[in-house]
Amino acid sequence: MTIIRHQPEKKAPPDAFSEGRTPTFEESAKESLSNSQLRRNLGKATQTIRRKRGVAVAEMPDWEELREAGRALKARTLRHLDDYLVELEESVKRAGGQVHWARDAEEANRIVAGIAKSHGAREVVKVKSIATDETKLNEYLEGEGIAAYETDLAELIIQLAGETSSHILVPAIHKNRSEIRELFMRELGVEDLSDDPPDLANAARLYLRKKFLSAKVGISGANFAVAETGTVCVVESEGNGRMCTTLPPVLVTLMGIEKVIPQWRDYEVFMQLLPRSSTAERMNPYTSFWTGASQGSGDGPEEFHLVLMDNGRTDVLADEIGRQSLNCIRCSACLNVCPVYERTGGHAYNSVYPGPIGAILTPQLVGIGEPGPDSLPYASSLCGACYEVCPVKINIPQVLIHLRGKVVRHKQDEGGLRERLDPENVAMQAMGRIFANRRLYEGAQKAAHVGQWPLARSGTIHRLPGKLAGWTEARDLKPVPEQTFRDWWKTRRGGPSPNGSTGDGAS
Amino acid sequence: MRVALFITCFNDTLFPETGRATVEVLERLGHEVVFPEEQTCCGQMHFNTGYQREAIPLVRRFVEVFGPYDAVVAPSGSCVGMVRELYPLAANLANDNELLYEVEELGEKVFELSEFLVKKTGVTDVGAYYPHRVTYHPTCHSLRMLKVGEAPLKLLRRVRGIDLVELPEAKECCGFGGTFAVKNADTSVAMLGDKLRHVLDTEAEICTAGDNSCLMHIGGGLKRQRAGVRTVHLAEILASTEER
Repeated sequence: MTIIRHQPEKKAPPDAFSEGRTPTFEESAKESLSNSQLRRNLGKATQTIRRKRGVAVAEMPDWEELREAGRALKARTLRHLDDYLVELEESVKRAGGQVHWARDAEEANRIVAGIAKSHGAREVVKVKSIATDETKLNEYLEGEGIAAYETDLAELIIQLAGETSSHILVPAIHKNRSEIRELFMRELGVEDLSDDPPDLANAARLYLRKKFLSAKVGISGANFAVAETGTVCVVESEGNGRMCTTLPPVLVTLMGIEKVIPQWRDYEVFMQLLPRSSTAERMNPYTSFWTGASQGSGDGPEEFHLVLMDNGRTDVLADEIGRQSLNCIRCSACLNVCPVYERTGGHAYNSVYPGPIGAILTPQLVGIGEPGPDSLPYASSLCGACYEVCPVKINIPQVLIHLRGKVVRHKQDEGGLRERLDPENVAMQAMGRIFANRRLYEGAQKAAHVGQWPLARSGTIHRLPGKLAGWTEARDLKPVPEQTFRDWWKTRRGGPSPNGSTGDGAS
Repeated sequence: MRVALFITCFNDTLFPETGRATVEVLERLGHEVVFPEEQTCCGQMHFNTGYQREAIPLVRRFVEVFGPYDAVVAPSGSCVGMVRELYPLAANLANDNELLYEVEELGEKVFELSEFLVKKTGVTDVGAYYPHRVTYHPTCHSLRMLKVGEAPLKLLRRVRGIDLVELPEAKECCGFGGTFAVKNADTSVAMLGDKLRHVLDTEAEICTAGDNSCLMHIGGGLKRQRAGVRTVHLAEILASTEER
């Protein structure tokens, strides 16, 4: 088998965490909604995983108590995050590890690249890590002359395709096996490959084994890190993460500061919540724990570095309603139940964090004020399915609404004339005044009935003007009837009483 | 019981027949219905779209208008959800502790129609007659925000003459979502398409729900397709009798 260095077939578009203006959700969704292959792949995958999760969760008589415990543990940790992080640092150092603090993505990348370079590494192997996707570590390393190889099968697939992840847990959920077969034949130079999943996995295995054995530096993310012992944990299905964290002599873990948990015993809760929520398994196949460096024992990496990254997280923490977003344990249950995600896929969110959790996390991490991330809180019908399944009880609809408020206030307060004259803003201001006054409201009801005649002549409204045309593209509209409810009420009771509130003695 | 009807601006203006039906059902069951005419809009559209400063005067107005009553009933799950679940957020945003206290107190007295009938007053048979094949769509806010559960179905099952059929994937959102239906029209329509398919699969002639906003969405799609299936609010089914 010939191994060739991959040449991505296309450049990934900018996302919310990279330089440049990203498209809005509406713009990107338009494209993905019309991709029939994507719709089929995603619909099938999310429906299957959703059904399985339901079964795995129904087995647990104390599921609601576990959710509440998970939420409470995260809330307490976040309340004392400063203390737990310092405790974690001390514990890791005590176990022979080194700890680095990174304010932002740039600093995190510089630290990781510096460690790799100090060991003369030209290649590094990586276990799936969304934190490194957030910092665009692979691109940064490439700029430093270091090739990063993704070893998670799905991550490898999208790296070879030059794409970005479209799902937190199943990054290549948008691809089916025949697409993967073609990709492997082209990028890995494999001839005579079937689209049988074991064959595909074997092709990847042959490619990756050499990387595992030769790489000097492994890079991982973290699902959890225990403050009291300094133990870092990665939860996965394939075992490639285990290879990354044990074979190379140097291991670097990049984690967001919210991933710390206080004690070992807290795993009792999270290890029950996470696998059932994410892969619908009672227990995931590989759970790796490591504490510091091998310190001459020959077991595991000789050198261990833990990089603790903020990159906007303390800003999220400062927001009383938004901070619950940091409870997230990246299970992706919210993606799998989301009717929006199921149809648009992850790429429409233009963020390494897609789906409902991405819609609240991304705009908070990158800050309000950019059209792309600002559109994310609106990428929801507020149906609440995400909140219902969230294992750490993040009230996603509540945070979405809260962020919509921030987006609007930012436009109104920081924007110029253009923002203030935006038809939506003008209409909302006007309606706010109308609803605040009964006479204006009743007048508007009459005006709507009279004013609609050019649109409603046939008894149904088939076409609306301006932005409202989005409604009538696929939906008819019932015209405003002549008699409102309140008109009827008056006729029924023979006109209003002297105080203007018919049949109402209380006001 | 003396009940203040919170008609909602949407029903008041666009679906007066739902309001009339609500009055009829409540009066048939012996309740005294009053209609505080100062009511306008609860502020949900403003609040959920992000115009939250603009919603706060509407929240105050609602508290003023409905505060004096012991029970407030609305034929809408989402407007009741706004009052019960989101008014506290609005009060916090306004930095007004007194308002927070008032909305929390008021929230406990505001009910969606099916919830009021089944959970508050323990009635499931309202004496209705409706000889049609009907499927029920549980709207997201009534289902997941208010947790009305089986209440609407309990009422429908006791309607005489009805042929009630289960809607496949019933709990999935129809794609309305307020201004979402316009702001993200493409995604909204993609969601609606699947909902319509499920409704048509039931071979029902009527799709019902507790919210006219969702029904306007589903009904608008059905009408555009000339599907021959209508949407009717739950209150109107419950108001129907053999006499009319």
